[in-house]
Amino acid sequence: MAREKIQKPKKHLIHLRVNRSLGGNIAIFSIVFLFAAFMVLPLLYAVFSAFKPLDEIYIFPPRFFPKRPTRDNFVQLKLLADSFWIPLSKYIFNSVFVSVVATVGHLLLSSMAAYPLAKLHFAGKKTLNSVVKLSLLFTSAAMLIPQYIVMAELNIVNTYWAYILPALQSALGLYLMINFMSMVPESMLEAARIDGAGEWRIWWSIVMPNIKPAWLTVMVFTFQSVWNTTGTTQMSTLVYDEKIKMVSSLLSQVVAGGTARAGAGAALGLLLMLPPVLIFLFSQSKIIETMSASGMK
Amino acid sequence: MAKKKARSPLARRIRQGSVPYLMMGPYMILFFILTVIPVVTAIALSFTYFNMLSPPTFVGIMNYERMFLDDETFPIVLKNTLLFALVIGPVSYLLSFFSAWLINEFGRGLRTMLTFFFYAPALSGNLYVIWNYLFAGDRYGIVNSLLLNTGVIDAPKQWLSDTSTMLWVLIIIHLWSSFGVGFLTFIAGFQNMDRSLSEAGAIDGIKNRWQELWYVTLPSMAPMLLFSAVMQIASAFGVGSTVQALAGFPTTQYAADTLLTYMLDVGTVRFEMGYASAIAVFLFLMMIFTNFVITHLLRHFSAD
Repeated sequence: MAREKIQKPKKHLIHLRVNRSLGGNIAIFSIVFLFAAFMVLPLLYAVFSAFKPLDEIYIFPPRFFPKRPTRDNFVQLKLLADSFWIPLSKYIFNSVFVSVVATVGHLLLSSMAAYPLAKLHFAGKKTLNSVVKLSLLFTSAAMLIPQYIVMAELNIVNTYWAYILPALQSALGLYLMINFMSMVPESMLEAARIDGAGEWRIWWSIVMPNIKPAWLTVMVFTFQSVWNTTGTTQMSTLVYDEKIKMVSSLLSQVVAGGTARAGAGAALGLLLMLPPVLIFLFSQSKIIETMSASGMK
Repeated sequence: MAKKKARSPLARRIRQGSVPYLMMGPYMILFFILTVIPVVTAIALSFTYFNMLSPPTFVGIMNYERMFLDDETFPIVLKNTLLFALVIGPVSYLLSFFSAWLINEFGRGLRTMLTFFFYAPALSGNLYVIWNYLFAGDRYGIVNSLLLNTGVIDAPKQWLSDTSTMLWVLIIIHLWSSFGVGFLTFIAGFQNMDRSLSEAGAIDGIKNRWQELWYVTLPSMAPMLLFSAVMQIASAFGVGSTVQALAGFPTTQYAADTLLTYMLDVGTVRFEMGYASAIAVFLFLMMIFTNFVITHLLRHFSAD
């Protein structure tokens, strides 16, 4: 304990470390600062635009901060969504419903499948592990047409399933789960086995509580990908009924509507951005912890 | 009955028997239906003519012949895809790596904040449509107005429909939103580096942070480099939704279309599923090949 205290590094803006020159630190600070600005300014512009009246969005020369903040854009957004015959609340319900079901389902299925792949012995384990690694390449976008053909055969095109099922079997979540689970010490599982616990029991009450960072991470990635991309224009073939479309597809429609809808577009963008951003902010440190186990050997 | 209580390793392995398969079952069934079968089906259909209405008819390698010999659009979209992949892939990979490295030089609070800033564009999904407003074709677009005011250009430019600029504008936008899972992996990798390694390096004669990066940090990050490369390949070849949302579908004279959007155009607009499958198969092969090359390069590199 005492040793730990001595070694604890002091809080500095920049770590005092070996081989670090002051000039280098200043250079790094400037580079990172400029880069961070490039990353964040467009997002901030979107956030601020959501509160600008329409004439201010199209003021020349353009300005960054709203002069007369307003919530008209949100009102207009609601009217606009209603004009597509579907109330805005229905889009939001679809987004939340699909994202939550897909996330919880994927979490359960992938953690259940990851346990044997990481810790148990069975024929074909090696092969399956390489298949999982390979399928990290087969992203949802590239799989769209092949999956569409299969889903059309299964008659699940234009249902909630068309969103949910592909997300349930995404390889990234499974891969991260496997990697994180392999770090659970073998002795812990052995001890439980000696106490007479079955593998199901070990998975649920020993492994799962020990990999909280992993399921938090998989939760964030799944939620974010379903919430954001599943509803975009590419999906319009999979789901064409407006009644079951998600907020993300509404955004493309609103933006496609041109300049008069810029305010509503910005407002919707803000609504769309908030849930993933908030969830990420709350789980950032756990995500970094999981990603440190993501390496490929 | 007595045997049931046995706890020898062999007995345990037998007892595990069907359990691993039961546990993997639900996931693997879905995986089989939505990944394995689609890939196999795509391969099979790529040798047929199929319009989703009448059953597929076998046409041999006609789809592939058409792709490489008869289709005037295919070379354009292939060129675009390769350009996207060759620019966005490596640039985004290196940028993710170096920004993660730089961010790691900061203290905990700033590091967390900067990580969030860099990851936020990828996190906010298709919010990249706001670049529509930044690169708007009239003088109210932010970029146009900046350039007009400073006198760089004298008339507003149609950034996203002019065939000479749209590809590059799309590349910038895509880079902006490409700091994803790979970037977080790098952040995690640097953060978990053993600090004593760099101190040991300093004793061994390492003089500055560049040498430290090259001789100490990089070799210990090989697994992360590999994983991140795989994610990068998948996303660089999968460029499509940004293009669709910003430059239209299809784009002016297919000038910024990729294999992905072209595949969607062929499949979902013209319903030529056989040809679309052939394009999908070609896309898969390119990704697998690139993955193979990169994996070997990185393995070779980390073995040195």
